[in-house]
Amino acid sequence: MVLIREFELKAKEVFRSGRMPGFIHVYIGEEAVATGVCGQLRKDDYVASTHRGHGHALAKGISARDAMAELMGVVTGCSGGRGGTMHLYDPTVGFLGSNGVVPPGILIATGAGLSAKLKGGDQVAVAFFGDGGSNNGAFHEGLNMAATWDIPVIFVCENNMYATEMPFAKATKNTNIASRAAAYGIPGVQVDGNNVLEVYEKTGEAVARARRGEGPTLIECLTYRWFGHHEGDPGVAYRTKEEIAAWKARDPIQKLHDDAIAAKLASEQEFKQIDVDIKGELEDAAEFALSSPLEKNETALDHVYFNPAAD
Amino acid sequence: MSETTTLISSASETPSRQAERIITYAQAGVEGVREEMRRNPDIFYIGQGIGPRGGNFQQSRGLWEEFGEERVRDTPIAERAQAGMGVGAALAGSHPIIDIVFLDFTLEAMGEIVQQASTIHYISNGRYKVPMLLRAAGGGVRSTGPHHSHTFWSFFAHIPGLKVAVPSAPADVKGLIKTALRDENPVMFIEHKGLYNTKGHVPEEEYLIPFGEARIARAGKHVTLVTLGMMVQRSLDAAAKLTESGISVEVIDLRTLVPLDKETIFASVAKTGRLAIVDEAYASCGVSAEVAALVAGEALDELDAPILRICTRPTPHTFSPSTDAYLVPSVDRIVSEVADLVGKKI
Ligand SMILES: Cc1ncc(C[n+]2csc(CCOP(=O)(O)OP(=O)(O)O)c2C)c(N)n1
Ligand SMILES: [Mg+2]
Repeated sequence: MVLIREFELKAKEVFRSGRMPGFIHVYIGEEAVATGVCGQLRKDDYVASTHRGHGHALAKGISARDAMAELMGVVTGCSGGRGGTMHLYDPTVGFLGSNGVVPPGILIATGAGLSAKLKGGDQVAVAFFGDGGSNNGAFHEGLNMAATWDIPVIFVCENNMYATEMPFAKATKNTNIASRAAAYGIPGVQVDGNNVLEVYEKTGEAVARARRGEGPTLIECLTYRWFGHHEGDPGVAYRTKEEIAAWKARDPIQKLHDDAIAAKLASEQEFKQIDVDIKGELEDAAEFALSSPLEKNETALDHVYFNPAAD
Repeated sequence: MSETTTLISSASETPSRQAERIITYAQAGVEGVREEMRRNPDIFYIGQGIGPRGGNFQQSRGLWEEFGEERVRDTPIAERAQAGMGVGAALAGSHPIIDIVFLDFTLEAMGEIVQQASTIHYISNGRYKVPMLLRAAGGGVRSTGPHHSHTFWSFFAHIPGLKVAVPSAPADVKGLIKTALRDENPVMFIEHKGLYNTKGHVPEEEYLIPFGEARIARAGKHVTLVTLGMMVQRSLDAAAKLTESGISVEVIDLRTLVPLDKETIFASVAKTGRLAIVDEAYASCGVSAEVAALVAGEALDELDAPILRICTRPTPHTFSPSTDAYLVPSVDRIVSEVADLVGKKI
């Protein structure tokens, strides 16, 4: 969680300095979801992500260097600088991509799960998507298909109550997304998306079920993004200061810290050390990204088609 | 490629003439898919009605019986999920065949095809590949009306990252679909509803036809007709009539739009000096525009007359049985427009 938080803070800083191309959607406030979910996954399991995907990528195992370099559009990035923030890919850790479209990751993860099933493996696939994504037709097509065919996929909805400036309650009649699972005949659970241990536990049940061949689960994680929809959106015109403050007071990282200290599972010193180590890792990642070269025209036409003779 | 596979590049080189086995276009497709599914366990096939029913057009007849429900499975009416799941399965190492059945309904899945399937290999800098075959039948036959007659192969040919085949002959269907299933890119395989029951010689043995090699369906001297799909036969029929008036027509069946065989077109135009493109799709921004632009840009000196485009007139596809022959290029229209062209000079 701290890695994701610090990564996003560093990305914001570099973006604001004007050196980062494009635009970014940061994940601050929602770190417990990616961390709790991916904590249950193996390296060979699959994740299909969203436009707000840095946290998912890091939690699935893409390094801060590879991800930060990709955000900078440089050749050392995980997609060689061609994808940027919304197209982080890494086959070595089963990361099937963040995505510029809302929410085809639902279908991509379902397909990856189907492939695993047909090949006789026991991998599972996870689709992350937002409350906004849950109102798109891909949600219905994907959940119906996955349920009908018992595909090993876990649908993780990050309900942060807004899709850009649109409050979820204005976008749907039934705001309980988990309850929609009943329509597909699969389990649906609502969890506190700011409680990493709860996310971890519920995901564990869903993963075990999927690995047993019993099919998909829908997990709705209630959470909140602290900042605007994208860097540059102040995020305050459509949300009250009180609402934002109340959610900041429920910081998922602080909660884990407080719970662990109270239960005497970790010391202040250990938490401090994590902060120091991760800040160092991010300094290194940013330095790496900022000093790497951009792609040259000579290679810009490569890989339009897979060509076994050339690849 | 297995050692027994022959690579053939034109129908005239088709092996094993003595067998002369005659089967339908649909059966040729089934045979190609069956051979590849036997060869590659990563191939699976999903679509609507392609299981026990054998496909609306018999295009999957017998596959479900042989490969079972796991590898040949009917889907709900969810074209977007079919295509999107195809992408995910391809990323995870399978080689899906996604049968959308009607070309018209690829529209429901356009985002998954154009925004995901075609982009991921490039955007991941070659780290992922997306081997998938998207199969669909285009074209109008006997009042299939506005929602079941579309011919928009050019939509797909416009998109870098997709390969596009539009076969016209049974032997080509088999050879091209096999090549498509060995290609690890997303391939749009666009068949024609009006051709599924047509018959032709299809070799029983295994053979591949490469993408990017047009077929000279008829050799001629005075004018080149570049065409594809259903219009190949109409062009051949028109060519036969035109011979009666002393006009010798060369008919080129493009077979694949991506890659496109420019060389065969240029060589033919160099010989005939006249070019007409016959396409069941609309003229505007379509294959005919592309071929015309290529010839104008790279072989203008070879032309003795303006380029002629004979295409479906720009209206939605009609149900009306009476006007179909007026709207879609007919043999008579091809004959009269080509005869006019031969009289023209630049
Ligand atoms: C098909 C499609 N429509 C619209 C958009 C523009 N868009 C990008 S993110 C977004 C909001 C998504 O909201 P949600 O799914 O709740 O995710 P969140 O941003 O809250 O994490 C929209 C509308 C898009 N990228 N794709
Ligand atoms: Mg949201």
